[in-house]
Amino acid sequence: MPKVREVCRTVRSKVAGPFWVTMDLMFDSQESYDLYSQSPALNAEAIGNVYSVDPAEVMHFPVPKLKVLKISYPRKTPQGGVEERDLHSGQQYTYILDLELS
Amino acid sequence: MSNNSDFKSVKIYVPEGSLGVGIFPEEIGVAMARKPDAIALDAGSTDSGAAYLAKGVSKNNKRAVKTDLELIMAAQAEAGIPILIGTSGQAGGDLNLDWTRDIVLEICREKGYTPKIALLYSEQSPKLIKQKLAEGKISNLPPLGDMTEEMIDDCIHIVALMGPEPYFDALDAGADIILGGRSSDPAVIAAFALWKGAPAGPSWHAGKVSECGGQATSAATGQRGVFFEVHEDGFDIEPCDPAFKATVNSISGHLLYENKNPWVLTEPGGELDVTNSQYEQLTDTKVRVTGSVWHPKPYTMKLEGASGKLFQTIIIVGITDPNVLAEPQVFHDRMVDILHMRALSATDAVDGEFHISVRMYGWNGVSGVPPKEGTQTPREIGAMCVITANTQEMASEIAKACNPYFFHMPIRDGMEMPSYGLAFSPADIDRGPVYQFELNHVVSVDNGTELVRMKMIDTAENKENVDA
Repeated sequence: MPKVREVCRTVRSKVAGPFWVTMDLMFDSQESYDLYSQSPALNAEAIGNVYSVDPAEVMHFPVPKLKVLKISYPRKTPQGGVEERDLHSGQQYTYILDLELS
Repeated sequence: MSNNSDFKSVKIYVPEGSLGVGIFPEEIGVAMARKPDAIALDAGSTDSGAAYLAKGVSKNNKRAVKTDLELIMAAQAEAGIPILIGTSGQAGGDLNLDWTRDIVLEICREKGYTPKIALLYSEQSPKLIKQKLAEGKISNLPPLGDMTEEMIDDCIHIVALMGPEPYFDALDAGADIILGGRSSDPAVIAAFALWKGAPAGPSWHAGKVSECGGQATSAATGQRGVFFEVHEDGFDIEPCDPAFKATVNSISGHLLYENKNPWVLTEPGGELDVTNSQYEQLTDTKVRVTGSVWHPKPYTMKLEGASGKLFQTIIIVGITDPNVLAEPQVFHDRMVDILHMRALSATDAVDGEFHISVRMYGWNGVSGVPPKEGTQTPREIGAMCVITANTQEMASEIAKACNPYFFHMPIRDGMEMPSYGLAFSPADIDRGPVYQFELNHVVSVDNGTELVRMKMIDTAENKENVDA
């Protein structure tokens, strides 16, 4: 079972307004996209688990023409709060790089 | 707005992703040679946090903003085409807008330019927002709940996100330079095309793709510019510098960026739908986009409010002590406990009214999550103690009480007292308020200009206004 980092050419994350984070998983080939973009390891429950958010609020947007899976989820705490550690949420993608895809 | 039936095409030059990041001067000549009808760009965003709205200050330094303004104002003065700038001064509050206005007026004086300047203010009074709340005109956006009067009172400044309509009014009034308060980036960039009667879907889509300047091209940076032409069927877009390329992937991919839904974009007064957009590589460097659709909706403006209710003091130490490096997590947990007890015993702080966090950079400073068992330990750790309290005085008081413990605490009792590496004297740094966005709500309005105030400055006729 490959890891996210092994089947994507780029994975990135960023704030989408002060209350949301969005991640783009850019798969490295059509084959990788077809095989893994719908993996249960990336479903709402799994992503909710990684980021401690309600799975019902995790949104998936497949963009097949670009071989991209976009995943958006609400920030656990609003941007710039007392325990802020990643203001732009630009490091958040790193926590899914080692998820194993089936 | 101009008459739709006259419309053939309109060309817009977007010189950079955000005013002040640094225009490449050589691009301006290339872009102006293509005879744009307007220059449009934004000057801010919420991405860097609430401080800029709360304090009414720019994120960019004055010299950088002035240099970019000098470049585009020179082009404006020569070509006689309007400049449209949205979200002035990073946050688009009244103070941010006035700061930008003063720089523009300074350049007018220094260079002898005499433009008509329109100022579009979109800051809102707490009183008016409370009235809208009482009238049932406010709705919440996920993930926040309903707005309360307390939330409104917590905000230092509140702005409403403008669509293109106030820019239409400024253009109707003959403005050469339009400085907008908080505005949708795509709206500012699309405004001139829409005003000229260009089709809404392509205009908005071109505005969205161009909001970060050249980022949507192979230049891959907002320091570069883009140029687009909206025509009856769609729009054509290319970088300003022919050394770069717009490609089908780079242009279609931009809808992913900082945007939670890549297909439908909610904007003031409607939604841009790019689900069925077609992308065609016209030349090596230029892409044609067709099929983008604009769905008008009941007019709403997004509200943004910034608070600063809590205050922080920080202390930073560097640690190379092998005893700590062998067990960073043990050290962290013990430190948090000891600092908490020290705050309670040595200050008047009440439990529950302050917060202490220790961030172990080099170990898990960014995630805050304990690493897996067996994770390799680092060569150094930078530990930052962040103390939060209801007043700056209390945060500072707690930091001073914690200071000796923070840099002297051994990992176990009975060890020789260590002194970790402080970099500064005094070691504690009052950081000021914790600025946060409070509102995630929209207000229903009769039209796009209801909550916006426009002020015109005619620098040719009203010299005293220039000196104001």
